[in-house]
Amino acid sequence: FLGAGGGNDIQWCFSQVKGAVDDDVAEADIISTVEFNHSGELLATGDKGGRVVIFQQEQENKTQSHSRGEYNVYSTFQSHEPEFDYLKSLEIEEKINKIRWLPQKNAAQFLLSTNDKTIKLWKISERDKRPEGYNLKEEDGRYRDPTTVTTLRVPVFRPMDLMVEASPRRIFANAHTYHINSISINSDYETYLSADDLRINLWHLEITDRSFNIVDIKPANMEELTEVITAAEFHPNSCSTFVYSSSKGTIRLCDMRESALCDRHSKLFEEPEDPSNRSFFSEIISSISDVKFSHSGRYMMTRDYLSVKIWDLNMENRPVETYQVHEYLRSKLCSLYENDCIFDKFECCWNGLDRQVEFSELHIVMTGSYNNFFRMFDRNTKRDITLEASRENNKPRTVLKPRKVCASGKRKKDEISVDSLDFNKKILHTAWHPKENIIAVATTNNLYIFQDKMN
Amino acid sequence: MAAPLGTGALTEGTGQEKQDTQEKEKPIPPERAEEAKLKAKYPNLGQKPGGSDFLMKRLQKGQKYFDSGDYNMAKAKVKNKQLPSAGPDKNLVTGDHIPTPQDLPQRKSSLVTSKLAG
Repeated sequence: FLGAGGGNDIQWCFSQVKGAVDDDVAEADIISTVEFNHSGELLATGDKGGRVVIFQQEQENKTQSHSRGEYNVYSTFQSHEPEFDYLKSLEIEEKINKIRWLPQKNAAQFLLSTNDKTIKLWKISERDKRPEGYNLKEEDGRYRDPTTVTTLRVPVFRPMDLMVEASPRRIFANAHTYHINSISINSDYETYLSADDLRINLWHLEITDRSFNIVDIKPANMEELTEVITAAEFHPNSCSTFVYSSSKGTIRLCDMRESALCDRHSKLFEEPEDPSNRSFFSEIISSISDVKFSHSGRYMMTRDYLSVKIWDLNMENRPVETYQVHEYLRSKLCSLYENDCIFDKFECCWNGLDRQVEFSELHIVMTGSYNNFFRMFDRNTKRDITLEASRENNKPRTVLKPRKVCASGKRKKDEISVDSLDFNKKILHTAWHPKENIIAVATTNNLYIFQDKMN
Repeated sequence: MAAPLGTGALTEGTGQEKQDTQEKEKPIPPERAEEAKLKAKYPNLGQKPGGSDFLMKRLQKGQKYFDSGDYNMAKAKVKNKQLPSAGPDKNLVTGDHIPTPQDLPQRKSSLVTSKLAG
């Protein structure tokens, strides 16, 4: 396994856990998205209650060189509120579907957060000084009678306790009939895309009253609907290229230079299916729940219900690698369909760039599973590991013990049988620090942070 | 679709499932066995595998139906009596029942700070 010692294997240790301990989870507290910013200093979470919580990594303590900085609450705000569209009799959830950070350009931080219908650009800024000594205003803000002013003074800035303020700078609304599943910022840092079940729109970050539709797969007759868009992402380097995945397990790569409406793909990535293996469940489990480009843009990773696939952009007819996340569930599909778990949307992520190795291609992928397990696959060594996010493992600097699921037959000691798995404990959202071996793993209502054991 | 295994990727006990199915005459792919289980439980399940039913349900998420005509007629008819109240499950407003504003679940934004920040 990874972490079994030796070489460059990462040894994961518990670092922190955020959130309530009690088992009775309020719906609003269900975490719906997790995202590091570009430097990794900030970690944002969104929840079903429409709230965003941002954590900041404290500066590395020179004396405590054995651990990287802890993440503490930096800012929290209500991003979206529940709405009711009276015209369409449609209830709009406040749940935050995605958060994406903008690269930092000045002192303030910016992020995009979206619910099903509306995307918002939030500015998070620090205020650590305030002006004092006005001539016409008292310190508490009341106006002074100008006739009582006998001398003049120059107001000065004095330090104050740090205040972090979040304010909505842009609201991008009314562009989506269906439910937004993805937002992705372009490498030009000026535009971004938003995708719903049937359409993808292109926005300029400065312009809220206009949006260009770049993909529309809505059939003329809705009875003929066979496929929906499940995720979309811009290429990390090519500002005219993006991909979108579908509920049928396909990924389409589009080039905006080809035409205004990219309904015809430039590339279609699809793995041929063995018709003899087809079942009622085939299409459902092939639905792609997440797509992520590698940093170089040479590869992309997709997550479907049972596996993670790595695709080479130069090869459309099959993935270059497939990793089974929890193949033992294939013989439980009937019950997973009945309890709706088969529709769970797992995300996946790449490891951060290894700063020791220049031009390193990303080589570890991480994704979640049930029973609060999460999995990592090393593309180089072909080894994988299953770890658990649990408060029982929270001794800092103790390496996490690998877990194993026993699919059938005799269960060994320390293994857990498939039937004992808790399907209510799902890890759908995970994130990897862009530069260091620090990961954020979200269980239903808790956020775990793990770090690699520094020697 | 059955995904072929990647080079050297570890799997967990796939070899075992084929022997675990009820029919032991020939190995049935686990997916097919599960499909047979499902069809046995729900014989009326649509012929189209996966397909449009799920997609339509997905697109219609959030739809709450309210007919103001029905509502006002019902109000007029029973103006001296209590309006038929919701059944035990207040969250489910079914076709037979005339929804009233009291029945619809309250949609309030969270005034409470997230527990992650606590």
